[in-house]
Amino acid sequence: MAHQARDLPGVGRLERPLISVEGLARRFGDSAQPAVFENIWFGVDRGEFVCLIGHSGCGKTTILNVLAGLDQPSEGAVIVDNREIDGPSLDRAVIFQGHALLPWLSVMGNIAFAVASRWPAWDRARVQGHARRFIDLVGLQGAEIKKPSQLSGGMKQRVGIARALSIEPKMLLMDEPFSALDALTRGMLQDEVLRICAATRQTVFMITHDVDEAILLADRIVLMTNGPGAKIAEIVVNTMPRNERHRNDLHRHPQYYAIRNHLVEFLVNRSRAFDQEIAGAGYDPRRVKLVKPGLAAVNPPAEIVPFRHTYLKTEDGRQQ
Amino acid sequence: MPSVRNSLGLRAAALSLLIFVGIVAVWQVATMPTAGSGAAMDPEYAKLVGAAAAGGSKSAMPTPADIGATIFKHLSDPFYVRGSNDKGIGIQLAYSLGRVLLGFALAALVAVPFGFLIGMSPLVYRALDPFIQILKPVSPLAWMPLALYTIKDSAISSIFVIFICSIWPMLINTAFGVASVRREWLNVARTLEVGPLRTAFRVILPAAAPTIMTGMRISIGIAWLVIVAAEMLVGGTGIGYFVWNEWNNLSIANIVTAILLIGLVGLLLDQGLAWLTKLVTYPE
Repeated sequence: MAHQARDLPGVGRLERPLISVEGLARRFGDSAQPAVFENIWFGVDRGEFVCLIGHSGCGKTTILNVLAGLDQPSEGAVIVDNREIDGPSLDRAVIFQGHALLPWLSVMGNIAFAVASRWPAWDRARVQGHARRFIDLVGLQGAEIKKPSQLSGGMKQRVGIARALSIEPKMLLMDEPFSALDALTRGMLQDEVLRICAATRQTVFMITHDVDEAILLADRIVLMTNGPGAKIAEIVVNTMPRNERHRNDLHRHPQYYAIRNHLVEFLVNRSRAFDQEIAGAGYDPRRVKLVKPGLAAVNPPAEIVPFRHTYLKTEDGRQQ
Repeated sequence: MPSVRNSLGLRAAALSLLIFVGIVAVWQVATMPTAGSGAAMDPEYAKLVGAAAAGGSKSAMPTPADIGATIFKHLSDPFYVRGSNDKGIGIQLAYSLGRVLLGFALAALVAVPFGFLIGMSPLVYRALDPFIQILKPVSPLAWMPLALYTIKDSAISSIFVIFICSIWPMLINTAFGVASVRREWLNVARTLEVGPLRTAFRVILPAAAPTIMTGMRISIGIAWLVIVAAEMLVGGTGIGYFVWNEWNNLSIANIVTAILLIGLVGLLLDQGLAWLTKLVTYPE
């Protein structure tokens, strides 16, 4: 499956983030059906960790599948590195919700399968050596020859993470990777992901419905309204610096509750009634609001910063 | 340590032995020679089944001891050849086994690739489904006249009959196994940009292998059932022919021996494939 992406004419290389989601919509069935989501615009910068939060049914997983190249959008496009994507690619590694390990292969076999897919010319020893590095990275030394069925849920997901990282992708796409795990394991793996991402400066796009997970891991949190016709309501900037985010004392951080309350408030109330909220007010799906609720806590009053610049359409909208 | 009383395996073995002894005992009593009534016997019939049996003093059914002696006689010299109609039971079994394995192997060579194709393509699946559904329930022996007419060779015709009867379970199971490979495993291959051939051999084949092997196990069972009937029709060699020949000789002891050996070989074939199935089965 070769890259069939085409270069986009007339677009400067510096203008777009690494991943640029542009006008995405997805309908199931015929075009008369209402879209699950539509007019989705956002970007993920290189080295950035972005979480997408929303209720189930708003099409989060579909967006991730489109990003992965496993699903086709009904409208819009995803631009990665200034090329429109057209199918899956080794540049975009996916960590699946249900780990998706091949059960007939050992831990080493699963990771080596990915490594050999990335570098088909490598000999067996080189593939295994490379795979072993990533087994060590996720702390699975000694479990190389075990089959997935012999591993706990957390260990399986570690293998999934090692498999995704082993192909050294440009970005990591994670679909609620920890949702099937118990709280303790989830916490340990979140720490691990935080550590690995800090070490490798990996670009990550992750779907979650866990508010604390988003605050712990993400630099920006994209809030999605309920479907059908789901849209991006706003983007919350996690103003807590990465080096101040630790799972055990996250709740002691002065900004934590402000961000958390903002997210919970959105999920509980605003995600449902967002259409009423924007009725009459200006809402541009291309330039959704960028909010920093964390800063409101440390230095009130609330600072709401528009994404790029203000525009005149707002006034017209109010008059109508 | 589990005591004898508590071990299910040992208790089951003891019960099996008891049942066996019971059957042999009933058999022995039923075939015991009785005092002859001395009634006039048909000399033709007497010649056929023996004087004692014709006179009613002895049943035509052999006693367990007769069977034991016959089995011992066959097993102590299984591979003798004394003319075309008198070959050792081992040779006859080998003929049948050879035909079954050959027909089965040919069927596997056709069914597995075709099943793959059918399983991969919903279009082909639907297009071929009516043919499979109509041909599958046909008794393989119904193909025999057609095979004899077109092939004009009885030995190859019986192999063809085995081929045609073993193909369906393998074809259907392969198609089903391939079609029901978990979507997420295929997605893993897609995100890793694995080519179609490598996906087929490294992902789909191992994923479908247990289902394919189950189809093979069903096939070889059916093939072993069918070969006896096919050889009865075709004649010449094979365990089926042996059984029919011994019926003509009215040698019930030989027939019972053959029945036991057919069962034993069938069991070994089934267990062999069960063992292979276990090798490719993966726990999820």
